[in-house]
Amino acid sequence: MTWSEMQPLLEQACWDTLYMVGWSTLIAVVGGLPLGILLVLTDRGGLLQNVLANKVIGQIVNVARSMPFIILMVALMSFTRWVTGTTIGREAAIVPLAIGAIPFFARLVETAVREVDGGLVEAVQSMGGNTWTVVRKVLVPESLPSVIASTTTTIVALIGYSAMAGTVGAGGLGDIAIRYGFQRFETELMWITVAILAVVISLIQSAGDYAARSLHRRGGQSGPAPKLRLLKASTATSKTV
Amino acid sequence: MPYETELPAHDFPPVPGHTHARVLDSDGIPVITTSGLTKVYRSRGREVIALDGVDLHVREGEVYGVIGQSGAGKSSLIRCVNLLERPTAGTVTVAGQDLTALAGRGPRAGKELRQARSRIGMVFQHFNLLSSRTVQDNVELPLEILGKSGQERSRKALELLDLVGLADKAKAYPAQLSGGQKQRVGIARALAGDPKVLLSDEATSALDPETTRSILQLLRDLNRQLGLTVLLITHEMDVVKSICDSAALMENGRIVESGTVSELLATPGSELASALFPVSGETSADDRTVVDVTFHGEAATQPVISQLSRTYNIDISILGAAIDTVGGLQVGRMRIELPGRYEDNVVPIGFLREQGLQIDVLGQEPVLLKEGAQL
Repeated sequence: MTWSEMQPLLEQACWDTLYMVGWSTLIAVVGGLPLGILLVLTDRGGLLQNVLANKVIGQIVNVARSMPFIILMVALMSFTRWVTGTTIGREAAIVPLAIGAIPFFARLVETAVREVDGGLVEAVQSMGGNTWTVVRKVLVPESLPSVIASTTTTIVALIGYSAMAGTVGAGGLGDIAIRYGFQRFETELMWITVAILAVVISLIQSAGDYAARSLHRRGGQSGPAPKLRLLKASTATSKTV
Repeated sequence: MPYETELPAHDFPPVPGHTHARVLDSDGIPVITTSGLTKVYRSRGREVIALDGVDLHVREGEVYGVIGQSGAGKSSLIRCVNLLERPTAGTVTVAGQDLTALAGRGPRAGKELRQARSRIGMVFQHFNLLSSRTVQDNVELPLEILGKSGQERSRKALELLDLVGLADKAKAYPAQLSGGQKQRVGIARALAGDPKVLLSDEATSALDPETTRSILQLLRDLNRQLGLTVLLITHEMDVVKSICDSAALMENGRIVESGTVSELLATPGSELASALFPVSGETSADDRTVVDVTFHGEAATQPVISQLSRTYNIDISILGAAIDTVGGLQVGRMRIELPGRYEDNVVPIGFLREQGLQIDVLGQEPVLLKEGAQL
């Protein structure tokens, strides 16, 4: 395969990957952030203590988190068809990607929000703030550096998941690597894919680290930079269950 | 003896016989009143009684200190005053408003309670400033909650920062400030809602002695300038000594002693008084009379010791003294030694009593003072 043959393939794959990961990250953040905060608020001793709700949400998150992505993709097919009208292609891949990432991100947010000093919550309460004020003025802004680091982790994990989206014809870099690199022995193309993935992931990770650190540094603290996490991010959060 | 029976602090209403010293301050309007305040924590079937029927009366414009060791219930007490913690029983009234009635049943604070809280300032031991906001934005936070406009917020915040002496740090982040500066920001923030009452939860406990003094001075100034009523809890006697008009001692969830500093001094055997004004000193010979003179109120302004010396032509040695100016009045205790036995000194001692001083002759009286027990 010549470069001129490879170039359009790779270009298209890159866009497909970014498209899928971008949209699913957005949905994961929009869905996971409130869910993570809710997990903290409804917990025992929380501002909206509700043991039953906490158990139910926690259980759903746990089950969704431990589901292998490829199975989730298949299991969600009828739901995907209901949402996008199809089960193949980029749009169809976004649905399971987002649904897989929401609980993942929610757990990371939960950990981040738990680290916010309870004294700050108390201070806002003493000023006459309600729970919504506490969420808006304390929990979200104070956990923002950690939440940004969590978003980075989620994006990296989603790039990993998106490789499997090739199985539903969604394209992307992972799909290229498997179909051309593995099944058609285009080793060269596979290595190029791997290289692109490595570059993309490091860029995203560095950008995320930079954002998190600059927010942190605004407070003058030079906390350790969030560590680079591996593609398989399951170990990072399993302790919080 | 002018002694009155010691009043157990948890008795309520006050025993009529105990009003002698209270007359001085009885015109003060109570701003914070708790009655029968009880807080019981239940965890895993065990009950911990943090507050056991606390009656507290903080008068308008005074600095009231609650002192006690950790675990005595001070923290629970101050958190029950603005209902950050719900008392198990009893009532809390702040500025004429029964907060316990506003609280409702559920664990969440209703609108009325939140409005009442916004009129009560609170400062914390660990400052509790938002690290993601600048100093100015931290001070603006309560004003945001009150729904003030941006212009009004920044005007008020800068004014308050100027008041606490941090006008130049408005754009700094809390992490760039020292502990004392952080607490100043905390105080400015607590004042943003123009509160009548300031609650101080160990505000100086995380600070070094020098900074502690400057923060206490600031609280004192605010108390005077703004007529702010301050309720503070602390475990440091020095804090009470340097700024409090009144104090209460807490032990095991109860208030064991309470009153103005002069009231406490007038209470025989008061632990707080002896901690605030410790006097010691042993007699130099057997044929001497050792007398503890307690100054409080008007008599403290008279130079009684030199009058005594001149009138009766006797040499007086001062063995120990702890005198302080509290609320513009000199209060304290002094241990003096007169030549001769008690029988020889009945007249001079009578003279001192006539001046309105409280006199305890060591080794003569029914032993009530702790120091007396040692002799």
